[in-house]
Amino acid sequence: MHEMGITQGILDASFEAAEAAGAKRIIDIRISVGELTEVVDFALQFAFEALTPGTLAEGATLTVNHVSARSHCNACGEDYEHDRFQMVCPRCDGFDVSLLQGRELQIDSIETEDDVEDDVPSPETAQE
Amino acid sequence: MATIDVSKPILDLNEKLAAANRERFDEKGVFVLDLMASPGAGKTSTILATIAALRDRYGIAVIEGDIASKVDAEKVKAHGIPAVQINTGGACHLESDMIGRAVAALDLDALDLIIIENVGNLVCPTEFYLGEHAKVMILSVPEGHDKPYKYPAIFQISEAVILNKVDTLSVFDFDVEEFEGVVRSLNPQSPIFHIAATKGDGVGAWAEWLAERIETVRIAAGKSPK
Ligand SMILES: Nc1nc2c(ncn2[C@@H]2O[C@H](COP(=O)(O)OP(=O)(O)OP(=O)(O)O)[C@@H](O)[C@H]2O)c(=O)[nH]1
Ligand SMILES: [Mg+2]
Ligand SMILES: [Zn+2]
Ligand SMILES: [Zn+2]
Repeated sequence: MHEMGITQGILDASFEAAEAAGAKRIIDIRISVGELTEVVDFALQFAFEALTPGTLAEGATLTVNHVSARSHCNACGEDYEHDRFQMVCPRCDGFDVSLLQGRELQIDSIETEDDVEDDVPSPETAQE
Repeated sequence: MATIDVSKPILDLNEKLAAANRERFDEKGVFVLDLMASPGAGKTSTILATIAALRDRYGIAVIEGDIASKVDAEKVKAHGIPAVQINTGGACHLESDMIGRAVAALDLDALDLIIIENVGNLVCPTEFYLGEHAKVMILSVPEGHDKPYKYPAIFQISEAVILNKVDTLSVFDFDVEEFEGVVRSLNPQSPIFHIAATKGDGVGAWAEWLAERIETVRIAAGKSPK
């Protein structure tokens, strides 16, 4: 439900990174999304397609790396994967557990192109 | 083609705006509570009971978060307490920019406590830091004692857990001992308060806990103790 806002956050950070690097075009944005978050893939892709036209990321792809939920049991030491509802330790039924991963909502990297062939040369490049 | 490493939280902006909210609250010595629960668990009733317990001592305002409607803000205003309604227009949680805008409508100099009623939802409000000093969740007896098994995260991040509608314990098959055991193992530090918000039962101990937290923030801002 909050995918529009999340996608805008992804784009803002990506544009900032691309501009800082002098890139002209973004072709792929890679993000990590933990399974314990409320982010729905389909809605994310939908928002991405709606928000990118006319921007540096027009035509870019959004690659989502899903991070499974993993916890550590402080009672018996077990590390285990689990779903969003069952955090209890499957080995000893312990509740004293610490989440290792699964709440990620992170932009990992972007793939950029410095220039596109049919680009009009900017004044500086024309002088060279 | 080049790969640029970004490695940044997607909710970076929410976190930054939340930190800005928090700075204002700390500077003005206003304690901010983010109250979370399922729809109908008794958030508004608990807020009204808390107001009744603390209004003589502290300046209080309420921020009401709902998908639509103003009814909760009006219930609070009817008691002479400033209330700002945020309608999220479908979104299932509050974000820090909404809080920033709502707070702009309040006179922070006249306040010691702001209670935020988050949207009725046990899942995503846990992900969004609003700049509050504490998140507290309410579970009501009719929802059943097995909720912590199903929604562990909200019990884990809450600095206090309120069990509301305890006046109905005799009607429901709610195992208090099991509930408390599970909550304690998920979250050993947080106190559990038993209340009946609409009757006022048990509200005193909860209000006392809250008053202690309010004092800490007031004193850190240079206000004199109350
Ligand atoms: N018996 C009993 N009923 C309660 C208690 N607290 C709240 N209620 C009732 O529960 C219903 C919902 O209470 P609210 O305070 O509006 O709950 P809420 O969580 O604010 O609801 P939403 O904002 O709609 O999600 C109302 O009919 C209240 O009268 C209580 O301690 N005991
Ligand atoms: Mg309410
Ligand atoms: Zn274990
Ligand atoms: Zn949400």
